[in-house]
Amino acid sequence: MTRRGFADVVEGEELPLHSFTVTRVDLVRYAGASGDFNPIHWNERFAREVGLPDVIAHGMLTMALAGRAVTAWAGDPGAVVDYGVRFTRPVVVPDDDKGATVEVTGKVTKKNDDGTVKINMTVKYAGQGVLGGASALVRLA
Amino acid sequence: MALDQSFVGRSYPSTEVWEVGREKIREFADAIGDDNPLYRDPEAARAAGYPDVIAPPTFAVVLSLKAHHLVINDPELGLDYSRVVHGDQRFIHHRPMRAGDRLVAAAHVDDIRSRVGNDFLSMRAEITTEDGEPVCTSRATLVARGTADRPASSEEATA
Repeated sequence: MTRRGFADVVEGEELPLHSFTVTRVDLVRYAGASGDFNPIHWNERFAREVGLPDVIAHGMLTMALAGRAVTAWAGDPGAVVDYGVRFTRPVVVPDDDKGATVEVTGKVTKKNDDGTVKINMTVKYAGQGVLGGASALVRLA
Repeated sequence: MALDQSFVGRSYPSTEVWEVGREKIREFADAIGDDNPLYRDPEAARAAGYPDVIAPPTFAVVLSLKAHHLVINDPELGLDYSRVVHGDQRFIHHRPMRAGDRLVAAAHVDDIRSRVGNDFLSMRAEITTEDGEPVCTSRATLVARGTADRPASSEEATA
């Protein structure tokens, strides 16, 4: 994988749209890989007891999927030096085969003198934003 | 009951050394559905200039969770984890995390706020090698829904 060149990027450039499907088994797999076993991510009864509509995806999984749009574009995941999001709305994952669809778009909003670029991301589920202020700082070649 | 403001500024001891394994990185990459060879193939990673396979940008959550659990499970703080949702998360990477790293994470409580009945707990985890080389700074805010004392006046409620 080759890191994208700084000179090849222009401010305002858009990253390709990425669409991700999240099903219940994805939540179980992510729980195991991350160590986050909060039952709101796998136990429907518990989720409803604490006032949620159903099982919801780990915010961190949504953040990771949005990050894939950036690392795929950058070529080298090690280029990401700063990445932050706010979790504004849950991604509800139904107990079926279709799951939830998360769509990620991004735009280069700033080229900095130090060879980094700022990317702002928009992450939507069911037509509504689920992450706020999602942005990454990426050091290009 | 609202969280105790006196916890702001408190630091917790470092977690025990956790060695980043190639297979743990692969497991995490599988869980986020990413087939990037730099997560999986040491030769590809070396060709890109890394000593070994590197971890995805949000892999550091594994370490930061271990550190944050010391805060979350502190009986003196008394956080009701069943009411907790993740408010925000940020990773500042001082260098890419990679297989073979022997890491520790130390949690710090940076801020505690109560707003309209919710408690906001802002924590930081400084992730370093066991020799002290900075690798990643993780910042997270947890929101405990409905745990803060309801303010008596509407003036306080909007503060």
